[in-house]
Amino acid sequence: MVATYDTKTDYKVVGKSPIRHDGLDKVTGRAVYGGDVKVPGLIWGDVIRSPHAHARIKSIDTSAAESMDGVFAVLTHADFPVADEREISAGEDVVNLKRDQANVMADDKVHYTGHVVAAVAAIDRNTAQEAANKIKVEYDVLTNVSDVDTAMAEDAPIILESLVGDHLGEDVPNTNIAKVFRHEFGDLEQAFDRSDLVIERTFSLSMIHQGYIEPHNATAVWAEDGNITVWSSTQGSFGVRAQTAGMIGVPESRVKVNYVEIGGGFGGKTKVYLAPIAALLSRKSGGRPVKLVMERTAVFEATGPAPGGKIRMKIGVTKEGKVTAADTDLIFESGGYPGSAVGAAAICVFACYNWPASRITGYDVLVNKPKSAAYRAPGSPQASFAIESVVDEICEEMGFDRIQFRLDNAAREGTRRGDGVQFPRVGLEECLIATRDSDHWNSPLGDAPAGKARGRGIATAYWMNGGGKSTCDLMLQDDGTVMMNEGSADIGGTRASIAMQAAEVLGIPAEDVHPSIPDTDSIGFTGVTGGSRTTYATGLAAYNAAHKLVDELKDRLANLWETEVDKIDFADGMFSSDGQTIGIQELAGRLDPTGGPVTSTASVNPSSAGAAYGVHICDLEVDLATGKTDVIRYTAVQDVGKAVHPQYAEGQIQGGAVQGIGWALNEEYFLTDDGAMANKSFLDYRMPTSLDMPMIDTIMVEVPNPLHPYGVRGVGEVPICPPLSAVVQAIHGATGKRYYDLPVKPGRILEATNGN
Amino acid sequence: MTTSSPGMVHVKTTINGQAHELLVPPYMSLLDTLRELIGLTGTKEGCLDGNCGACTVSVDGRIVDSCLVLGAEVDGKDVDTVEGMASADGLHPLQQAFLEEAALQCGICTPGFLVAAKGLLDNEPSPSEGRIRHWLAGNLCRCTGYDKIIRAVQKASS
Repeated sequence: MVATYDTKTDYKVVGKSPIRHDGLDKVTGRAVYGGDVKVPGLIWGDVIRSPHAHARIKSIDTSAAESMDGVFAVLTHADFPVADEREISAGEDVVNLKRDQANVMADDKVHYTGHVVAAVAAIDRNTAQEAANKIKVEYDVLTNVSDVDTAMAEDAPIILESLVGDHLGEDVPNTNIAKVFRHEFGDLEQAFDRSDLVIERTFSLSMIHQGYIEPHNATAVWAEDGNITVWSSTQGSFGVRAQTAGMIGVPESRVKVNYVEIGGGFGGKTKVYLAPIAALLSRKSGGRPVKLVMERTAVFEATGPAPGGKIRMKIGVTKEGKVTAADTDLIFESGGYPGSAVGAAAICVFACYNWPASRITGYDVLVNKPKSAAYRAPGSPQASFAIESVVDEICEEMGFDRIQFRLDNAAREGTRRGDGVQFPRVGLEECLIATRDSDHWNSPLGDAPAGKARGRGIATAYWMNGGGKSTCDLMLQDDGTVMMNEGSADIGGTRASIAMQAAEVLGIPAEDVHPSIPDTDSIGFTGVTGGSRTTYATGLAAYNAAHKLVDELKDRLANLWETEVDKIDFADGMFSSDGQTIGIQELAGRLDPTGGPVTSTASVNPSSAGAAYGVHICDLEVDLATGKTDVIRYTAVQDVGKAVHPQYAEGQIQGGAVQGIGWALNEEYFLTDDGAMANKSFLDYRMPTSLDMPMIDTIMVEVPNPLHPYGVRGVGEVPICPPLSAVVQAIHGATGKRYYDLPVKPGRILEATNGN
Repeated sequence: MTTSSPGMVHVKTTINGQAHELLVPPYMSLLDTLRELIGLTGTKEGCLDGNCGACTVSVDGRIVDSCLVLGAEVDGKDVDTVEGMASADGLHPLQQAFLEEAALQCGICTPGFLVAAKGLLDNEPSPSEGRIRHWLAGNLCRCTGYDKIIRAVQKASS
């Protein structure tokens, strides 16, 4: 059953922007991140990685490393227990324990350059590195499968021999295509036939990285009694527990994951890479705590990426400006093991429009590149780039107004998504109207200086957001403040947005709720911070826990006031009955005779969340001589449901937009012919810097989500989606050329314009 | 330390106003010297190749990536880190502005940005937006899109 709410409007706490509870520790350097963990007796681990993109491991000689002074243990895949093929959820990713174990440390084959082959534990970091370099690995180098075309060719080298592909329900062995699936409805052929214009284009995208500034890290102790303690930068401690336990062959209850602050994740810190290695090294080192911190080059080479691939997109419209039909092939690189974001891309690709007929075919394709991971609205940015590029071309060809066309065809309550799901109340139309009425859209683009040209692009996108399991505990103190435990990793201010929802119910200031994020032994199960679920689902747990606390206090007060519970009212922090009143703070100090401390706990598992839509406008300037692009004005419009903490909601939108701008303009995995990443440093990967960006303006539209008492929708994911097309359509506006391959870097612009 | 490493370097340095006398392995970066020998983990490791700025500290008033400086090099010098910004009187105006303007999300880049921005404002109390963006271009932030960081530095200036 789905609970729906009449949305509250008279807020006391929600909608304000208090200083986040963990802010002080983070501006003073006191906050403890994974890399800062100190445990008595700590030793260091390091790994060696494959220099080949595709190779069979012939032998591993660890003797020189083992005999080095200061080395405690050496680890290869042979030290891992045999994992089963069980699949477990890791938030936005599904983890296949056997395959992900092989991804953590290669079994008989390496599947990408940078794949871990062996590990050591030693007295310090330098010794560990020196020892790791003494491990000798002999490889049988195989042909490198570099892109989806090569991977899908008849005679392609097979990357994962044990894979049986699922091709539209049929089992297919000896393939690099892990999955082919399809969603379709309506009479596609007939719908295209009655179109006045049909445009079909093919797009290509490179893999790109999440680019979190903190490298992956893990520290683990495998104690003599078999209990294992882990510290690891992660979006979800329970995911680390499940994956680590599964890969090292112990029950989850034997693994405790301590919460540490996380230095960015964006989806890329839901899978584990180092924790199982740290745990096994600790056991082999006699229970010494072992710490590993990944090098930046390895973060690029062996973690993350969002899938690249190809998208074929065909759209029909009538001359009156109504969409008729849409057909797409989404061909995504999963990397060295199966499992890309193509499933989510298929859900999102057509979700901004109301189609009479559509067909979506998804392909999950292995290539010799790092195993792809979730990246902020996984799959939707790529999908949005393709569909919005074709929509822009149609509008230009037919002379349609770019906003009116989208309004005339907008998905609304009752519209069916491409995979059949019917929309509840959504806010796309409201976003489009806010965009049309915005100062940005109504301001002239202005003249470019000599040698430059300006353009304005617009694009929309959709993300479904997430629900799932969350837990929150509240403990009322004698002074009326409330201690709060909640299980969500705080990646960008969610301690505050969750605490604020409890404070709103209790009628106390946000500062009087003190949030903590405990270890996995000390809080009920809570899923990853991802999917855009945390402020929604863990916030809902906090809301429910606060109501339970109020109910318990009413029971106690009924005893003190010698009245019936249902005769006591509670509003704005005050209890009242028959002319008597008492504030929650005062009552808190008088609870001893009523039965002592008052605490509450609530767990939730909402199956659906409120979807999010965004519409972005980008103005930019292209230097026609060099092809360099400068974004000069940017506005992101988004339905946030209800902005619990408007500053941090806006921050999510701004940050997502800039990641999308980087994706559009210059981020890519630049691979050599041998399949090695040539740009595996921040300098060469070149994410946007402060100098590259203007201020990012936001317009937050609030169409309340009926599934949340305060109308909250996930905010963090959708803003990365529209920029890819908004930026590229602006470059089209500036140069008059169409671009179908990302990134649209200076070379591509010069190629298209011939310097004109 | 490793058996193959040469002898330690004797270093006398001042860190956040406090004198320290250390034996530093000759290969050890200033970043690791601060984090591993002194225990000041506020300075963060992001890339170890001088491209992200998470490890920014001040050496004799000059902003450096501490991953590219050896611990042995700060002999006789003054090193200032994020841990030295607040005083008994309270937070540095930049720290307060970062809190009020929500200029941090995950917070891993924050110490580097604070130290770098202090290096700017100590010499130029009222920089323009363009000047701030240029000065901070050596510090990467992946969460905020820089908007609120720039606004926080503007708020703390003047």
